[in-house]
Amino acid sequence: MKDKILEVSAIKDGTVIDHIPAQSLFKVISILRLEKNEGMITFGSNLVSKKLGRKAIIKLSDVFFKDKDINRIALIAPEAKLNIIRDYNVIEKKVVEVPDEITGIAKCVNPMCITNHEKIPTKFHVTDKKNISLRCIYCEKITDSEHIEMI
Amino acid sequence: MKNKSLVSITDFSKKEYLQVLERAAEFEKKTYQDLLKGRVISTLFFEPSTRTRLSFESAINRLGGKVIGFSDSSSSSVTKGETLYDTIRVVSNYSEMIVMRHTQEGSARYASEITNLPVINAGDGANQHPTQTLLDLYSIQKTQGKLDNLNVFMIGDLKYGRTVHSLLMALSEFKTSFYFISPDELKMPNEYKLHLRKKGLSYHESKELDNSIKAADIIYMTRVQKERFSDPIEYEKTKNSYVLKNEMLENTRDNMKILHPLPRVNEIDINVDQNPKAYYFKQTENGVYVRQAIIALILGL
Repeated sequence: MKDKILEVSAIKDGTVIDHIPAQSLFKVISILRLEKNEGMITFGSNLVSKKLGRKAIIKLSDVFFKDKDINRIALIAPEAKLNIIRDYNVIEKKVVEVPDEITGIAKCVNPMCITNHEKIPTKFHVTDKKNISLRCIYCEKITDSEHIEMI
Repeated sequence: MKNKSLVSITDFSKKEYLQVLERAAEFEKKTYQDLLKGRVISTLFFEPSTRTRLSFESAINRLGGKVIGFSDSSSSSVTKGETLYDTIRVVSNYSEMIVMRHTQEGSARYASEITNLPVINAGDGANQHPTQTLLDLYSIQKTQGKLDNLNVFMIGDLKYGRTVHSLLMALSEFKTSFYFISPDELKMPNEYKLHLRKKGLSYHESKELDNSIKAADIIYMTRVQKERFSDPIEYEKTKNSYVLKNEMLENTRDNMKILHPLPRVNEIDINVDQNPKAYYFKQTENGVYVRQAIIALILGL
């Protein structure tokens, strides 16, 4: 897999996000607010992956994420891997980590939850990091991976 | 506990539960105490609830305090489209504590983030109603003389009933044996059973309301509501299977007491009301002392 990334990585400096489930590519773009990025961005989607079936990849020139920002995609791309590129070389590899708390990304599944009625950023405690399960700090209901909807 | 909000029953520790119960017993001995003289508390009932609101207002009045607020949202600026955020910000300038009930779940937690005042949740939709739980605990302690080593039977709607869930969480701090009796459709959710397993507490589940209740120290009845059933035929079949009648109580323990958060529909036969084991009306009286205790402790009085 490493060789493959290097083959398609023609960026000099920046970040490659690999192993994104193909169906989550556009959500990842939106969560990371890449539409506002002015540098060069390359996407690949529906690439064959042994692990994910079909995966997507994003290459970003001159972009380096803070852990806190990149971990926001963990909900929809828990297996994503980052390659940090300097001068065409992978100088660091990172995996995303599901944070303990998630603010303002996912919707609470409970239609009676106050966050679905007033303008409040949602806030969850992550109660299960493997089979993503979020407990709303307001209504205390669980939103599980099957029902996660992004805002 | 001073200045702390009470939104969820788990906001308080076991030690704090016991502090509330101890103080409530003092208020039961002497309920009129002028601790709140000249002070103002808001009761914001966005959703009407006669019993809970009157209980709080009685508690505040017995403490010599004044109440401002509204008893349903049609008499507040909510009808003009005001957000909860704005209402709470404004009311924060008028009093030193907010007691609120709201239909939306999580509303009290949200309010506690907006204001610097302590917030007491008097019910947020189907989520939490912690003062009910504390008055349940008080009633159990008062009638049994202890909170440890009791057999607590919870009967009826164990799936949606917020009062049984909160009571289970509170009692799991003590050495309780739980017995759950409900139709299949309304069983205790797994997350609560998992919690009991983690705490090393035992529970038994059954569909039959039968003579197993002779082992009970406490029977906690709840209402089985029609709208909880997806199949109306199933409701018709089950609705009379979870009704407590006098003859069923014959072989129960002498110390056994029946609790119910009320309102009751038909799940406790009215003949039971005369039975000395019926405790649900006395339970509401206890609610006033417990709410006096919670208010006094939070205000540091």
